[in-house]
Amino acid sequence: MTGPKKVLVIGSGPIVIGQAAEFDYAGTQACRALREEGVTSVLVNSNPATIMTDEGIADVVYIEPLTCEVIARIIERERPDGLLPTLGGQTGLNLAVELSDSGILNKYDVRLLGTPLQTIKNAEERSLFKKLLTDIGEPVPPSDTVHSIEEARHLARQIGLPLIVRPSFTLGGSGGGICHTIEELERTVSSGLSASMSHEVLVEKCLLGWKEIEYEVIRDADDNCITICNMENIDPMGVHTGDSIVVVPTQTLTDKDYQMLRTASIRIIRALGIEGGCNIQYGLNPHPLVAERWAPDWKNPPHSQYYVIEVNPRVSRSSALASKATGYPIARVAAKIAIGKRLWEISNKVTGKTTAAFEPAVDYCVLKIPRWPFDKFAFGDRTIGSQMKATGEVMAIDRTFESALQKAVRSLEIGKKSLLWEDAGWANVKSLDEFPLHPHDMRLWAVMAALRRGNTPEELSVRTGIDPWFTCKFLNIVQMERRLLKEPLSRDMLWEAKRLGFSDSVIGTLADRLPEQVRELRKTWRIIPVYKMVDTCAAEFDAATPYFYSSYEEENEARAIPEKKALVIGSGPIRIGQGIEFDYCSVHSAWALREANVRSIMANSNPETVSTDFDTSDRLYFEPLDDESIRDLLENEACELPGVPNTTPPSIVQFGGQTAINLTESIVNSGHSIIGSSFENIDITEDRRRFEDFAARLGIPQPPGAAVTSMDEALKVARSLGYPVLVRPSYVLGGRAMEIVHNETELTRYISLALEMDSRHPVLIDKYIEGIETELDAVCDGENVLIPGIMEHIERAGVHSGDAISVYPALHLTAYEVETMVDYTLKLGQALQTRGLMNVQFVIMRTRYGTGHSQVYVLEVNPRASRTVPFISKVTGVPMVKLATKVMLDISLKDQGYHGGLWKRQKLVGIKAPVFSMSKLTGVDTYLGPEMKSTGEVMGVDHTFEAALVKALMAAGLMLQPGLPVLLSIADRDKTDAIPLATRFDAMGCPLYATEGTAAVIESVGVPVRLITKKLNEGSPNVIDIINDGSVQGVVNTVTGGRTALKDGFHIRRAAAEKRIPCFTSIDTARAAVDVLANSGQMYNIKPVGEYLRTTGKT
Amino acid sequence: MTKKAILVLEDSMVFEGQTFGAETTTYGEVVFDTAMAGYQEMLTDPSFAGQIVTPTYPLIGNYGINDYDVESKRVQVRGFAVREHCLVPSHYTSRKTLHQYLLENGVSGIAGIDTRSLVRHIRYLGVMMGILTSELTLEEAKKELKSLPPYGKVDYVREVSTGSVYEWDGKAPGIGVNITVLDGGVKYNILRILRRLGCTVNVTPCNSLANEILKLNPDGIVLSPGPGDPALLDYMKDTARGLIGKKPVMGICLGHQILGHAFGASTFKLKFGHRGGNHPVRDLTTGRVHITTQNHGYAVDADTVKNGLEVSQINLNDGTVEGLRHRDLPVLSIQYHPEAAPGPQDNTYLFDRFVEMAKSQK
Ligand SMILES: Nc1ncnc2c1ncn2[C@@H]1O[C@H](COP(=O)(O)OP(=O)(O)O)[C@@H](O)[C@H]1O
Ligand SMILES: Nc1ncnc2c1ncn2[C@@H]1O[C@H](COP(=O)(O)OP(=O)(O)O)[C@@H](O)[C@H]1O
Ligand SMILES: [Mg+2]
Ligand SMILES: [Mg+2]
Repeated sequence: MTGPKKVLVIGSGPIVIGQAAEFDYAGTQACRALREEGVTSVLVNSNPATIMTDEGIADVVYIEPLTCEVIARIIERERPDGLLPTLGGQTGLNLAVELSDSGILNKYDVRLLGTPLQTIKNAEERSLFKKLLTDIGEPVPPSDTVHSIEEARHLARQIGLPLIVRPSFTLGGSGGGICHTIEELERTVSSGLSASMSHEVLVEKCLLGWKEIEYEVIRDADDNCITICNMENIDPMGVHTGDSIVVVPTQTLTDKDYQMLRTASIRIIRALGIEGGCNIQYGLNPHPLVAERWAPDWKNPPHSQYYVIEVNPRVSRSSALASKATGYPIARVAAKIAIGKRLWEISNKVTGKTTAAFEPAVDYCVLKIPRWPFDKFAFGDRTIGSQMKATGEVMAIDRTFESALQKAVRSLEIGKKSLLWEDAGWANVKSLDEFPLHPHDMRLWAVMAALRRGNTPEELSVRTGIDPWFTCKFLNIVQMERRLLKEPLSRDMLWEAKRLGFSDSVIGTLADRLPEQVRELRKTWRIIPVYKMVDTCAAEFDAATPYFYSSYEEENEARAIPEKKALVIGSGPIRIGQGIEFDYCSVHSAWALREANVRSIMANSNPETVSTDFDTSDRLYFEPLDDESIRDLLENEACELPGVPNTTPPSIVQFGGQTAINLTESIVNSGHSIIGSSFENIDITEDRRRFEDFAARLGIPQPPGAAVTSMDEALKVARSLGYPVLVRPSYVLGGRAMEIVHNETELTRYISLALEMDSRHPVLIDKYIEGIETELDAVCDGENVLIPGIMEHIERAGVHSGDAISVYPALHLTAYEVETMVDYTLKLGQALQTRGLMNVQFVIMRTRYGTGHSQVYVLEVNPRASRTVPFISKVTGVPMVKLATKVMLDISLKDQGYHGGLWKRQKLVGIKAPVFSMSKLTGVDTYLGPEMKSTGEVMGVDHTFEAALVKALMAAGLMLQPGLPVLLSIADRDKTDAIPLATRFDAMGCPLYATEGTAAVIESVGVPVRLITKKLNEGSPNVIDIINDGSVQGVVNTVTGGRTALKDGFHIRRAAAEKRIPCFTSIDTARAAVDVLANSGQMYNIKPVGEYLRTTGKT
Repeated sequence: MTKKAILVLEDSMVFEGQTFGAETTTYGEVVFDTAMAGYQEMLTDPSFAGQIVTPTYPLIGNYGINDYDVESKRVQVRGFAVREHCLVPSHYTSRKTLHQYLLENGVSGIAGIDTRSLVRHIRYLGVMMGILTSELTLEEAKKELKSLPPYGKVDYVREVSTGSVYEWDGKAPGIGVNITVLDGGVKYNILRILRRLGCTVNVTPCNSLANEILKLNPDGIVLSPGPGDPALLDYMKDTARGLIGKKPVMGICLGHQILGHAFGASTFKLKFGHRGGNHPVRDLTTGRVHITTQNHGYAVDADTVKNGLEVSQINLNDGTVEGLRHRDLPVLSIQYHPEAAPGPQDNTYLFDRFVEMAKSQK
């Protein structure tokens, strides 16, 4: 069988919970691997904020919606002879199945590479999977597949509760869940059935408390099999692997246990016939202490030692973690195997000598901790279970478990929470039963707190199901805390504390010193970290990889690079508001440095990323992104350079989002340098009040506002500004940040709450300007300011820029408005002496009757790369990060062949639409406001606005269908807009349902509408019923601000989210969606993104 | 606070840590093993006789010591050097801590040292003698070290081999195939596997003569693994010569080297050996790659393989000989450990193959 010549790679689309940056990492590595083998790669992904969609990674790049139709057209056009379905996560896998089932692959004879279709089905279709395993004698938990609630009830009688519901072909446990009661079971099964592509769910005996173990396995066409590593979930079965704290390698398994599961893994990958990689999850018998409470019957037959939980026949979040934890590039190897290479034919790039046919040996301990979005959604349901809720994760490496754990916690960036953090409520907790020890985002802290109060590790293991080995390790940390509290700080104790991963600041807190004093002590006592290499082979071979972690040991393996170099600070874990786009920027910055012959050093803590791939930078420090780690590694890089005496390399802080920006102060104050905009000028833009004066002096208007510290003040200010006003604490407190407030009652409520929580910091009140919101990114060299493009939001200001649909180029702006924005930006860029990137957000208010000039306000300036940089770079062709990085190296825009001002407008329309993960986040309101809620984004690009919008909405899953019914429930404020909306829907043949008030308005203009009550306790069907039973396929629900008003529609919006149907909470988005309905029939182009740019587009 | 201990190497490199296990003075060849689990099997593996072992994995003793994972009648390593040993192990089979186990067996350990730096040192300079002590001063230790016999000059096989013939687990019924194991430091798991396959298994001392062994009328003979330099073991070589051709012979690790010698091949010392559970071996007949457990410091020199003997398998990392076969005689010989314990169980099929061979030659 000859290998393929041209291969189609399907990306994973937008970042959603359960599918994050790891697939950009995998896809990028795979495309590179294909190139190495001389195979042409064609890539399709709808997510513009990815490295894989850059020209130069794949040979042909499509940024188009990930639907069967679209990909069929790409196949027709490109005629690839192979398809790699295993790199785009669940999305890629499911699409491959669709393409094959719909006969497209046969029609163009495209071969599925790596994993045969039947294998995908065998692994994903829970019932087939169960059969296959039973056939090869691998144990699976008692279970059955059900297609209806009735079947589920029946099964419950047989197996008994608790049960777990697990839908097929889904991601992150969507639509599944653990059920302790019949009611729970019915609810979960119905949502599971609607989530599952194949309309079936597995109902299975619940193995709560069993150890959850994962294996990463690789197999080639010669049937050579290896395991890359295994992982132990510290949170036992019942908590999704993506939401579990995970350690690599397993800690509590004997070699017999280890080999038993390894052997099973190899048997399974062989039975499945996978050529490439897969991830296998097991439930393994728990420690007796745990078993006693959670699985009393585990030892007696018919119970097996272990059970197979699932196989992911593709690269996954876990394989990305495994790659970073061992240094073994799974995606690269899997891609090469898929095109016919044998393991022993693939070189091990890390050692340079050995091949890919070996099993990594690690000589350190790796911890991964999930990053949950509950800092944003304090009101959401914080319990975790079999459905994943984390948006990202951090990883830390060290030679002790305790240290890896504490470093990982430091990497999380959840406020300044160290392991010492305790909830105020825990202070007066009497008994252990009152501690929140059930699975939730803060359980680790609760366990630590309980240990501090003298509860034993054993007690906590019984309660949590966490193996005693781990709770004992936690206790080691607590015991060191105690010593630090009472014993005098000696060198030995400090050395021990550092080896257990205590940060200077935690040591300071406990030993009553300032962090800086602890650092000084370390210096005097020569307690400084060394750096060890991640080399895949536990030092058995001389390795060439530049991948390091810090440790308090003897030998330092990372000698300072004796050349011109710079540190790029990454952006840490993916979270709402700081996503993959910043990893995109960090990677490009590293590449730009290389281009300019400056060695690039990368620091990051996020294992899912391209920036932490072993060959992205010249040196990688896998470290927490806090001032201690950054300063330590900078000092490790200190060296003499020709001319320059002993210096540390400069840092680049503009590409790592707010994470890197926040480090600027301590970097500069500790005598290190940054390149790019100065700290002083960064600070001006970061400090809202400072910036106000600054802007004022430049004559740049901002929305009028003031800072208040008392209720009277607040009311006075609001009155003078006039409602609505936008309020925000100058210091953001979990969950309650910005709100649009429409009247005094709302204001009073907000202010009193805010002052109650924190009376020290003022509350900022700004006039809410209901205008057009626009945004731009600029590259400045201090003299010239290049603006590649301006984006206009479809939603009026008030919807966070990250959640708005934004359009390039801005289509509805007057020449004056554009000139004004450009002028302000130039002024700002020069006045701030910006060197590198800056992002400016505007709101434009037009005079009521279109007479006279409209007013352009600057909302905020971000002195760094913004969320939109990848998008703008792609639609304008201006390599912003590269230009910015070289500017920082004192290569002016001119010298790089660019001039200042507004870049020429491209003959294309690019539209960026937000994507949410709301179905996963129970209890979270989907209503869009000034606080960002989306987890990812997609891009639609074409030559006309209409076509681009169709694609954007299609890719974002926001398409409505002509003829399908919709539900309208619209705020009084928007009622006038409701009428044209209703008429359009009617014209598109969409039957209308509406709630009381809205229905009245619609009827008044004679459009047929069905009244449906929103009062849930007054007769049915009510709004929720018609959403749940599928009578409506779309919802428009707007409300007039304020939490009280928000309560109304809450259950409507949640129902829509659970049901996964489009729900528009801004009248503007809704309008756009209907317009698209009218055009949905129309043809859109499908071509490589480059062609939209180059062709002088036909319109 | 635990007592201070030092590990001093031939080249005067010193590692300072704390004692655990027995607080004595011990010396041996310092070697590293990259297996991440299976320390109890390591400790009881006779092939480690005369050696101070350092596992590359830093956290050792996590699951304690149990009644099952024993590979010989006692702890065989001379000393154990780790980054961290676990005082509160967790596993349902755990009976005691690693510390207690070493203490009971009078074996010294050193903990808290930068084992990775030790491993790198050995990798660069090759294995060397070392002394581990919590009693001697650095100067005394260095002096002592100079006066010690080098590892390569000692016959450790006699120390670890059984003194008399015994049958392994005679109770269970068998398939009537008789296997005799020449014990140069056999690991129990070899005996367990052969027994599991239904063979009757007899173990004879390393210095047994060929005719003594043949008196037990075996259907097949296994030359076991074991410690040290095979070149010192002429007596075993002669025994092997007396058996080859008469009965199917399986050579494992040291047994494989001895078999090589029996055919006139020679062996050489590897710079830092192969010890771990992740070594890739390529089968030259099938082209397949196998992940194997290895524990050896010497290897058969490929260029000296002759007299009908052929290289059947090689190590993918350094190309050294991993397997031998004979053009027409029934011999099956591998350098690695198909019995695993610890390590991957992928290669136990070799025992099935050998038992088949033994049957067919009956
Ligand atoms: N039988 C079971 N008993 C207890 N927990 C289970 C069981 N099956 C699955 N789980 C839990 O649910 C999580 C998600 O299940 P899984 O099949 O892995 O879904 P996904 O495909 O989303 O990864 C697992 O990580 C595990 O913690
Ligand atoms: N004065 C204002 N009038 C109208 N909308 C505003 C005003 N200030 C902020 N907003 C809205 O709030 C969103 C977030 O505000 P912003 O200052 O950009 O905070 P962030 O730092 O979170 O981006 C903006 O995108 C805009 O839609
Ligand atoms: Mg899973
Ligand atoms: Mg903003």
